[in-house]
Amino acid sequence: MLQIPSAEVLIQGIMNGVLMGCLYALIAAGLSLIFGLMEIVNFAHGEFLMLGMYTAFWMYTLFGLDPLLSVPICAAALFLLGWLTHKGIIRRILGGPMLAQIFATFGLGIFLRAAAQFLWTPDFRQIAHPLVQGPVKLFGISIGLAQLVASGASLAAFAVLYWFITRTEAGAALEATAQDRQAAALMGINTERMFTLGWGISSACVGIAGAFLASFFYVFPYVGSLFALIAYVTVALGGFGSILGSLVAGIMIGVIEVMAGLLIAPAFKYVAVFLIYLIVVLIRPQGLFGKF
Amino acid sequence: MRQATRMAAVLAILGLLMIAGGPAFAGQPKEVVIGVLYPMTGPSAQIGIDAVNMIKVALDIINNGANLNLPLAKSKGLPGLGGATIRVVAVDTQGKADVGQAEAERLITQEKAIALFGAYQSAVTTTASQVAERMGIPFMNADSSSPALTERGYKWFFRTSPHDVHFSQVMFEFMKDLEKKRNVQFKTVAILNEDTTFGTDSAKAQEDLAKQFGYTVAARIPFRSGTTSLDAEVGRLKSANADVFLPSLYTSDAILLTRTMRNLDYNPKLLIAQNAGYTDPKFVTEMGKEAEGAITRAPFSLDLAAKKPLIPAIDAMFKKLSGGRDMADVSARAFTAFMTLADAINRAESTDPAAIQKALQTTNIPPDQLVMPWTGVQFDAKGQNIGVRAILQQMQGGAYSTIYPFDLATKDVIYPVPAWSQRK
Repeated sequence: MLQIPSAEVLIQGIMNGVLMGCLYALIAAGLSLIFGLMEIVNFAHGEFLMLGMYTAFWMYTLFGLDPLLSVPICAAALFLLGWLTHKGIIRRILGGPMLAQIFATFGLGIFLRAAAQFLWTPDFRQIAHPLVQGPVKLFGISIGLAQLVASGASLAAFAVLYWFITRTEAGAALEATAQDRQAAALMGINTERMFTLGWGISSACVGIAGAFLASFFYVFPYVGSLFALIAYVTVALGGFGSILGSLVAGIMIGVIEVMAGLLIAPAFKYVAVFLIYLIVVLIRPQGLFGKF
Repeated sequence: MRQATRMAAVLAILGLLMIAGGPAFAGQPKEVVIGVLYPMTGPSAQIGIDAVNMIKVALDIINNGANLNLPLAKSKGLPGLGGATIRVVAVDTQGKADVGQAEAERLITQEKAIALFGAYQSAVTTTASQVAERMGIPFMNADSSSPALTERGYKWFFRTSPHDVHFSQVMFEFMKDLEKKRNVQFKTVAILNEDTTFGTDSAKAQEDLAKQFGYTVAARIPFRSGTTSLDAEVGRLKSANADVFLPSLYTSDAILLTRTMRNLDYNPKLLIAQNAGYTDPKFVTEMGKEAEGAITRAPFSLDLAAKKPLIPAIDAMFKKLSGGRDMADVSARAFTAFMTLADAINRAESTDPAAIQKALQTTNIPPDQLVMPWTGVQFDAKGQNIGVRAILQQMQGGAYSTIYPFDLATKDVIYPVPAWSQRK
């Protein structure tokens, strides 16, 4: 049953797994942040990613702006979307029943998907000639240049996020709100502002991921759901609310996916991902880096 | 209180009479309803929308008449039914088998469809046609290629298009002919298939044919459609290093596969795809350059226009509705199947399903009334069109050209396909 491919294919597989994993991690980080902050799962997270990808696509199509250059625009646009989502929807249902909270973001997701199809047709779109494309040889091994750039950028985004949360005053306030909402409010932290900020940052993460993803993945209204499932597993595996956990879990999932496919069978790759997830959650229900 | 109950009972009986008695009093109908099922949301939405647009073209020709060499274009409405028009109720299956089943049921019971038409994905066609079979309503299929669909012994199921055994047969005949023509020898094939009915049945047909034709299957790799990465799959293909690579996948996966092959430097010398994603017009325009050399089976090709004057005429009508997109494989097949169904209803001179079923069984459409390169439309006892003929096309310079059968070819085969490192 076990098949050993050539060393080249194996190394190529591991490298690709790590590269994809970095992107999975960045997508999951936003989800994790919101959960850690206010214990809400954003079921429209995949659709936010889709909008990030479309932003990059339209910037390219309408203004000839490469996804690499439109990263700040995508991040800003999605930050605004996250901010509006909190102000317009989440804030109003915070005190509501659990189901209302789940279905609010779930419904938002369906709305965004349907709106995207209505406005932009269900066609598969692509960035025809991105700045970075095609393969690049690294130590004699061929990998995708766009994937390499995307994973590098994901790591950079992680570093900035980590620095922001651990080294800045706003980040400390965010962390405090996540730990204890009431205590933070008593200390004079404007928790409402922190929530809004959290939603903004969370969405900006997928905005960045979406821009890089658009340079090598096809864009269509349902593209978010392909990545959303992996993001949920990543968050649960890494630990709800842990940014570092998302990074480790994302890379783990990327590598497991490819390795299971190469060594056992491609049909088995998601089985392996979910199996490892189940084992980890059985032993550590809070996830690898979860606090509670 | 008692009076109210009696009143309600009277109203209910009246209502029942109206429902049950409606058709009985109707006599010659003014319009007939055909239920159309296609994916209009989800990954294959554009294909479904194209098919429905093409059905609107067919409706225009049938209901309003047109200056074309088609029997039903000569008059307004269906002459056999006293000029009755056809109305279509098109529903979205989302590409899901359970939705297709529920919608088929609704179309028959609530919309009073006298025939069903659809549904692209073989998995959806399977469940939707089960409903039609149970209720005794003809089901016309234009574009699902799972061979199993016409092997179920159904009495109400008709398919105008070739299925994957026809298509795959042509691929293997082509491989044998190419071996002779170029004096090469193929020993192994690798099969990659998405894991719904379409891909699975296609891979099975290819595996059987490979044995018959004396090739070894070096790898058979099923994968989940709509995956986020095909790195492992392509890694496997690289390891297998087969002489011929045979993928069966839908549009999104075809795009991802092409990109991944380039990034991982996988260079099959011959790639023969089972249609679907590879002939989606979007794939051709966006990936044409990158997919250079890819061969796909196809039931239809625009470069056949030189031999068939119907093609440019229908294409022009279609473009008006589709926002400039050309007629392509699925839309051409939808047109052919819909005209076949309309022809049968016309000849049945009745909206009785059994009469339509009988008319379908005696269908005989000559080749000059088709946009397809077939020898005609005639159904066998299983409901499969026996006039089908498949062709192979190769992507050359960003567009498909017919390369096989050699007598229909407009260009010579590029073999071997140049490696990624040798392309500009």
